[in-house]
Amino acid sequence: MKMKNRGNVLDDLDWHILQVLQKNAKQTYMETGRRLQVAHSTVHDRIKKMEEEGIIEKYMAVVNLEKAGAKCITAIMTVFTDPKESENVAERLSKFEQALEVFTSLSEELLIIAKVVAEDQEKLHSFIAHSVAPLPGVLRIRTSIVTKKYKDEILFIKGGNNPNEDL
Amino acid sequence: MKSLSSSSRILRKLPRENTFYFFTSIGNYTGVRAISLEEFIEKIKEVDIKSLEFHLYRGDFQKWADETLEDRELAEKIKNLQILKPVGNTLRDQLCFIASKRFEELKRQAL
Repeated sequence: MKMKNRGNVLDDLDWHILQVLQKNAKQTYMETGRRLQVAHSTVHDRIKKMEEEGIIEKYMAVVNLEKAGAKCITAIMTVFTDPKESENVAERLSKFEQALEVFTSLSEELLIIAKVVAEDQEKLHSFIAHSVAPLPGVLRIRTSIVTKKYKDEILFIKGGNNPNEDL
Repeated sequence: MKSLSSSSRILRKLPRENTFYFFTSIGNYTGVRAISLEEFIEKIKEVDIKSLEFHLYRGDFQKWADETLEDRELAEKIKNLQILKPVGNTLRDQLCFIASKRFEELKRQAL
């Protein structure tokens, strides 16, 4: 099965390689090739191509902040906006380092959903009160502080041809 | 008695960054805001009562009056109200009374 992605066509092997890398980007071409039963040179070529085309944007470390001893709280913030200003609000919100993820959503009302972090509740409130609420077009804000995280995967598994479960 | 310029200063329309934003709890913004003492009085009449309780007991009203409006006298009166621990509409009525009385006083001084 092939899938178009902004002009690029990925085949099943590309998707399988992406899945392997998303689980462990430190695997060698050799290990990946062995798992997918293809030559390591093929894995190398496919990865390079996907890097060049921006399909693979970057490799990063996922840090367990609790184990790292960092003081940090996470909150999910819903920002209700004037429809005319929604894009501007989302763009400006994205520039703050406290905002880890920012999405716009077309529900009954136009709104922005963002995952934000701060050292503590007071700093979270200060950020929202002094940086988010004053943004032109912000109508109101609902914030829920995360008390426990049950799942936090960044994997995107393409439907249909799933490779081995234990990749 | 405060000088005319000082009264007028307290009654001024504030720049955007000094606006008071009404929240009901941490991170929950009501969409209600005030850019002057006069507007503050209007907004406290209608904002969710939870917001008044949230800000009074955090000391936000007192701090805004003191540091932003630069009205030590109003800040002191709000601080005294906080000590009385009013809740619900009693809090709304008393806060509204204190702020309105102070506003009228400043307006007379500014004339």
